[in-house]
Amino acid sequence: MSRKLAYGQAFNEAVRQEMAADPDVFCAGEDIGAFGGVFGTFAGLQAEFGERRVVDTPISEQAIIGLGLGAAVSGLRPIVDIMFMDFICVAFDQIVNQAAKIKYMFGGSATVPLTITTGGGGGLSAAAQHSQSLEALLCHIPGLKVVHPSNPYDMKGLMTSCIREDNPTVMIKHKRLLGMQGEVPEERYAIPLGSANILREGGDVTVVAWGNMANESVAAAERLAADGIEVEVIDPRTLQPLDTDTIVESVRKTNRVVVVHEAVRFGGLGAEVAAQIQEHAFDHLDAPVGRIAAPFSPVPFSPALEQHYLPNADSVAAGIRDALARPGA
Amino acid sequence: MELSTDVLMDMHRRMVRIRLFEETAGALAEAAKLPGFLHLYVGEEAVAAGVCTTLSDDDQITSTHRGHGHLVAKGGQFNEMMAELMGKSTGYCKGKGGSMHISNLEVGMLGANGIVGAGSPIAVGAGFANKYRDDGNIAVAFFGDGSTNIGAFHEAANMACALHLPVVFVCENNEYGEFTPRDQTMAITDIVDRAAGYGMPGVIVDGMDVVAVHEAALEAGARARRGDGPSMIEAKTYRYYNHHGVQNLGLKYRTDEEVATWRERDPIFTFEERLIEAGTATRDEFDAIWADLRADIATAIEFAETSPLPEPDQVLVDVYTVSDAVLSGTGSSESGS
Repeated sequence: MSRKLAYGQAFNEAVRQEMAADPDVFCAGEDIGAFGGVFGTFAGLQAEFGERRVVDTPISEQAIIGLGLGAAVSGLRPIVDIMFMDFICVAFDQIVNQAAKIKYMFGGSATVPLTITTGGGGGLSAAAQHSQSLEALLCHIPGLKVVHPSNPYDMKGLMTSCIREDNPTVMIKHKRLLGMQGEVPEERYAIPLGSANILREGGDVTVVAWGNMANESVAAAERLAADGIEVEVIDPRTLQPLDTDTIVESVRKTNRVVVVHEAVRFGGLGAEVAAQIQEHAFDHLDAPVGRIAAPFSPVPFSPALEQHYLPNADSVAAGIRDALARPGA
Repeated sequence: MELSTDVLMDMHRRMVRIRLFEETAGALAEAAKLPGFLHLYVGEEAVAAGVCTTLSDDDQITSTHRGHGHLVAKGGQFNEMMAELMGKSTGYCKGKGGSMHISNLEVGMLGANGIVGAGSPIAVGAGFANKYRDDGNIAVAFFGDGSTNIGAFHEAANMACALHLPVVFVCENNEYGEFTPRDQTMAITDIVDRAAGYGMPGVIVDGMDVVAVHEAALEAGARARRGDGPSMIEAKTYRYYNHHGVQNLGLKYRTDEEVATWRERDPIFTFEERLIEAGTATRDEFDAIWADLRADIATAIEFAETSPLPEPDQVLVDVYTVSDAVLSGTGSSESGS
């Protein structure tokens, strides 16, 4: 029997089931206890597992990561929450210089089964310090894994993998998707990190998109299908490690590709995807790799501006048409 | 408190081990036989030795960029340490960490740290794990006076107190943050004044007196072990050599007289005099200890120098833990493509 859950509930269920299965799993973060987290994603967990395992912390992002890191190298399996992705900047030393590198610096002797969860993405008029998509910063750091689901099913399976994962992993919850409904099995399941998902098959052009942009890209693809354009939409789901094989295989079939992300275009992860594609499928390309992304500015506040700022199905569809406009070989 | 002869001699031995390791490392660095940076602990031995003689291997410590002394005091072995300083594959970190990241989890040493102040939040996490498991172990954060000006320290101290964690904060106040005197970087004289702001007790001890440090650590450790939360110890101490290396660039930022005054209070020599006077040990016994440990150092140099360098393919090893949960996803990371 199929059952629907919201994206945020799927996150919650993964945490709850893994906590029930593994006594070493605990959660710590700001407002996650009795309040259940500002997005409600930790709702009910403290009531079920108690204050020992669901810990309200001070507003101290560095110490929250340090708490998770120190506990992880001591053998626990922490989930620590950084409320908004923008706030990882406050904790960047602990994430980048400590958690990501401790295993390597120690010659492999440390194991860091740490999950950092955080709310990313725009679309809520939350302005420049509560709306960013900073995945490229994290993907650039050896030692970290970065996960960004686009739907409830993937959320549960990927969050389960994050918790079971023996490396420091950042799970980005897209704030705008928290209420998105989808079918989610009740039983525990894990989606392996590093495996892309083909959301929609098509032979004319490939779109690579993650987070909410994966959904906008599917919407664009459906619109273009009315004009006879078949778009293949690939959601990498895990951004580090990136499933380049699936992307390259698709490009070899379609010969055209557009990368879509919510982060700013310059230096965004789309640049890396484009580079990987030209390295592995140069001879298969009929057009330059297109990039649809935010302009190079902070995220604006006014809905009128933010609407213009974020890519959407319209701009993705236009980008796809551009990629198709160039004559093929 | 009357400490047993075993404990007194153990503290002495640990201090001498630190001194010899550091003097040797300094000489090797000056002879250009060690790559990279070197921050020597000479002069501060009583702090690490006094504290670590109150800890078991299951108690964790976090350290600083001046971390060799902490690892030696916690039970680190000369061979693996010297090999690490030389970047050899037989080092504690297989040559991937070096002086600033030297560590050994088996004795509960969670790493020297190249980032000032960054160890304290990690100690909070180790202390959290101890409380979570209710195993009676504690975590000790060693940190310098300068690091208490960094946000990470504040967050860690507050978090440890707010969550009542079994953590002991041990400040090594050597009066200089790198090359700048403490009184130019903070408006207080005693770091321990900050403890009250977090709601934890704090005590000042003579960091050149290993017995004083040991007794303070016993009390703070007992408090943490019985679930009464964190406390802070400020050990007033001094580093004989420069922030980095032995003479570094030869720049003058403190007077020879100041260094000489502190050296007169040398933690090892004054301790030996006290023990001889008390009839605990003789000069000959101490001489034998130094000679034994010098031989160990010579062995360690030999071990390190004859150890192989890491193979180039080791660059990509240990970036990630490889486990079943991770799918091949070949592509991406440079390690996979």
